[in-house]
Formats: sequence, C-alpha cells, structure tokens
Amino acid sequence: MSDAAIAAPRRRRLSVARQAGIALVLAWAALAAFGPYLAPYRAGDVVNAGVFAPMSAAHPFGTDYLGRDMLSRTLHGARYTVGVAMVATVLACAAGIALGILSAVRKGWTDSVLGRAADALISIPHLMFALVVVAAFGTSLPVLILMAAISYVPGSYRFARALALDVNAMDFVEVARARGEKTAYVVWAEILPNMVVPLLTDFGLRFVFVVLLLSGLSFLGLGIQPPNADWGALVRENINGVYEAAPAVLVPAVAIAALTISITLLIDGFSGRSRTMVR
Amino acid sequence: MLMLGMIARRVASGLLTLLIVSVIVFVGTNILPGDATEAILGQSTSPEAVAGLRKALGLDLPAHERYLRWLAGLLSGDPGVSLINRLPVAQLIGPRLANSLLLTALTAAVAVPLALLIGITTAIWRGSLYDRVANVTAVSLVAVPEFLLATVGVILFAVQLRWVSAMATPSVGSFTQALQNFTLPVLTLCFAVTAQMARMTRAALLGVLDSSYIEMARLKGVRPARLVLHHALRNAAGPIANAVPLNLSSLLGGVIIVEVIFSYPGLAKLAVDAVETRDMPLVQACAMIFCATFMLLVLLADICSILSNPRLRTR
Repeated sequence: MSDAAIAAPRRRRLSVARQAGIALVLAWAALAAFGPYLAPYRAGDVVNAGVFAPMSAAHPFGTDYLGRDMLSRTLHGARYTVGVAMVATVLACAAGIALGILSAVRKGWTDSVLGRAADALISIPHLMFALVVVAAFGTSLPVLILMAAISYVPGSYRFARALALDVNAMDFVEVARARGEKTAYVVWAEILPNMVVPLLTDFGLRFVFVVLLLSGLSFLGLGIQPPNADWGALVRENINGVYEAAPAVLVPAVAIAALTISITLLIDGFSGRSRTMVR
Repeated sequence: MLMLGMIARRVASGLLTLLIVSVIVFVGTNILPGDATEAILGQSTSPEAVAGLRKALGLDLPAHERYLRWLAGLLSGDPGVSLINRLPVAQLIGPRLANSLLLTALTAAVAVPLALLIGITTAIWRGSLYDRVANVTAVSLVAVPEFLLATVGVILFAVQLRWVSAMATPSVGSFTQALQNFTLPVLTLCFAVTAQMARMTRAALLGVLDSSYIEMARLKGVRPARLVLHHALRNAAGPIANAVPLNLSSLLGGVIIVEVIFSYPGLAKLAVDAVETRDMPLVQACAMIFCATFMLLVLLADICSILSNPRLRTR
C-alpha cells in the first residue's frame, strides 16, 4: 500500500451531490405524502375559470377539461404516481433480492428453475405484460401494484443474484463459513451489507421504470380509474387540450418527467458509470 | 464449430423460453372463472345455448388440451376467432402487423445511424462539453415518458406551426405525405431508443479505448479520431452490434403508447382496443407476437456477440 493511501483514510462524509440527492428524494416523498393536504381545492371541485384555462395567479397550472384546478389535481395525483410506484418497487426489489440471494447461495436446481422462470418473464415486454394482466384481472389497485411488482422482479432478481455471487466468492464469506456460521447469518451479516449501495441504485432505476410503466398504462386508460387519477391519467383526460396548448395536458406529463429525470440523473451521479438501462 | 454449437444452444434455449412464455400468457388469460360464452351471449341466455357454444368453441375440454389446441393454432397461423366481431384473429392482425412493422422500420432507419454517429463522436471527444451535454441529455431522455414527447411535438409542429398532422396514417403516397404522417410518431419513438443506443455505443468504445494497445497507439502519436475509427471501432464492433438489437427491443413498449396517441392503425393499437373489449383470443395473439419479436431481437443481439467473439473462431 502506498504512503498516500495510509495518510489519507477514507472519511465518511457525504458529498454535496449525495446530500442534494437525498434532499431530492425526501422532497418527492413529501410531495406524495402531503401533496393532497397542500392542494387549494378538492380533487373534484369545479372552479369558476372555464375549461382548459391558461396559467394564472389564481390557477397556476390552469384548469382541466371540466374546469377543475390543475394544481390541485396534480397534487392529489402525486400520491398515486409516487406512492403506488413506490409500493410496487419495494415489493419487486424485496422479492428479487430474496430470490437472487437464494439462487446465488443454494445454486443447483433452485438456481436453474428460478433463472429459467426469470428468463421467461423478462421476455414479455413490460407494457404488454401489463395489458395481458389488465385484460384478465381488471384495473383494481392491488392488481396494478402486483402486476408492476411481478413485471420487475426478474430484473431485480438477476441483478441481486450477480451481486450475491460476487460477494459469496469473497474470502470473508469463506472465513465466516469456516467459523461454522449458519447460512442465514452469513447472508444477513456478511453478504447483504456488501450489496447495499448497488442495490439502492438498482432500486432507484427500477422505481423510474415502474413510474413510466404505470403512467403509460394510465395514459392508455387501463391504469388508475376515474374519479381517481395519477399523472398519466391526467394527461389522458386532458389530451384534447393539445389543440389549445392548454397547460392541463402538459403539466402532469412534465411532472412525471421531472420525477423520473431527477431520479435518473441522481443515480447516474451516484454510480458514476453508465449502467446499461435496458430492462 | 464451437460457434455454431453455441448459436444452436442459444436458439434452443430461446425456443424453450418462448414455450414457457406461451404457458404464462395462456394461464394468465384463462385463470379467472367465467369464459368467452358470457362475453358472446350476454347475461340472459339459456344453459343449453351456453353448453352448445362452449362445445363449439372447445371450452368444455380440460385446460391442457385447450392449451395444446391454442398452441397448435398459433403455430399454424390460426390463433382463433375474435370474440367481438367473430372475424378470424389472423385476418385482423395481418394488415395491422404490416403497419406496425413499417413504423418501427422507419424508426430504426433513423435511430440506428443517428445513435452510432452520436456514440462514436462522443467517444472521440470524450470529456468535452459536447460529450457531457450529450450524456446528460441521453440520461434524461431515457427517463422521459413517450406521451410527453408526443404531446409537445403535437403542440409545436401540428397545432402551432401546422407542419405535420396530429394523426398518423400508414400511407406513403408521396414523399411529403409520408413526412406529414410519420415525422411525429417516428421522432417520438426515436428519442429514447437513440439516447440509450448512443450511450451503449459510447460505453463499448470507451471500454476498448482503455486497453493497452490503444495506449500504445496514443503514445505513438495517433490522432483521437483515427484512434477511435481505425483502432478501437473494430474491437468494439461486437458490443455495438449487440447493443443495436437490444435497444430496438425497447421500441416494443414505446410503439404501444405512440400508436394510441397518433391513432395509428397498428398492432399495438389493436392490442389496446382488444384489452378494452376483453377480446381474449386477440389479446393472446398480440401478446405472443410482441414476445416473439422481443425474443428475436434479444436472440439477434446474443448471436452478434457470439459471432464477434474471436475466441470462438476455430480458424
């Protein structure tokens, strides 16, 4: 080891970029949690400003196709777009990580069967999988959440499995096994802690994909159903506003883009390398 | 021979996966009670009529036999009859599939050269302002929903400037007409695909640029452009050839949104309409076509990797 490496031990201080990133994530979470309470009007209230009104002081985002305040509609929709996607992503990643580690540790036929199942599921384009599920089971909230979760389990599984295989081959894991530790302890205390950072970036990326999947589905009219609306559904119901360039159609679409772009750029900064983002 | 063997194994594994996918699609769409007879006959009907129709449609058979029948039908080009208008599914799908292929082919024709150009130039001028701007733009574009790009495009070019139409029809009568019809949908589809493909092209080139033979060439005084085009590109060709079909597969999601926005009479629009009317035979067939296309592109990507791996060449 060189002198420089000894002289400058790694400090555990967060860089500005990471602090900004954490603030950003908290801001989106706060919007999802408290958005509806910040809204000046209830989601269904028709205000006295006409339909597809432009931006104004009273209605910063204009009004929608029924003359409802778009700022309030967007704030109410945050809970669906951010919240539902968050629940689905947590489910997908929890299952994916558990199965991935299981595959990496058990190997053998467990690994083959899980791998084959993941191959099959990953071969169905996400939006097409969503269409088939909706055609069969309808558009209730639990169905949408489970569908999005199942659709993204294979990706998370593959990522976690590859990581766990790497960590599993390390010396300290072998030492722990030689000490006679049980598999559960080795997984919990030795393997999992060494996977956290890459798993977090993977989680963020998958969250972005789930947001895009669910809002795309809502945009097709096959996601969250009226009277509730996530941002994708808001774009759909106001789509005729494009002919008047109404903010009602642009605002929710821009809101989605702001959410997904900020998270993606954050991850790109975090991981510091260009991960291939295909599925 | 080694190479042929690997490709054969890869194709066989792809076919097995496709078979599992067909089971998932079939089971998924048949798991709920209540079948096609209700959809066709409605609520007020006699039990005899239901039983007769069930027999005619083969719904009285056990599940595995129905699956085998469906699979055989699918393979022989007869995936059943639509529940809504009683037309053969194959007849409904045929023209729609051609329209979708036209749209995606045009997109690929624009996106692939553009992505290679951006990927290669950003690798040549690595670290420059152009490279950094292109990178942030690409990362952002991948995360933008298609319907935002499409709505902004419609507002700008169809409503404000009136250059193109907001609806897309699959006619290519004259060049200007084709431009009118296809500019917006093709542009919308291009953004995300181009961005991701350019990033992967750049990453593949940079991977090669870090190797020691490139360092040697650089020390000999080779210019950056020649370094990339002459020395690095050859060895990066494999990963790049792998990236192209892999990224084209992401078109299969985007095309669903784009066809609906522009009311383009393609296969994806047909699938969405079929989901709304719960026309299961049509949904199943469309889903299988999408999955098969997806797998074909991934297979193509893998074969490109195998072919470009010099260690697998026997001579």
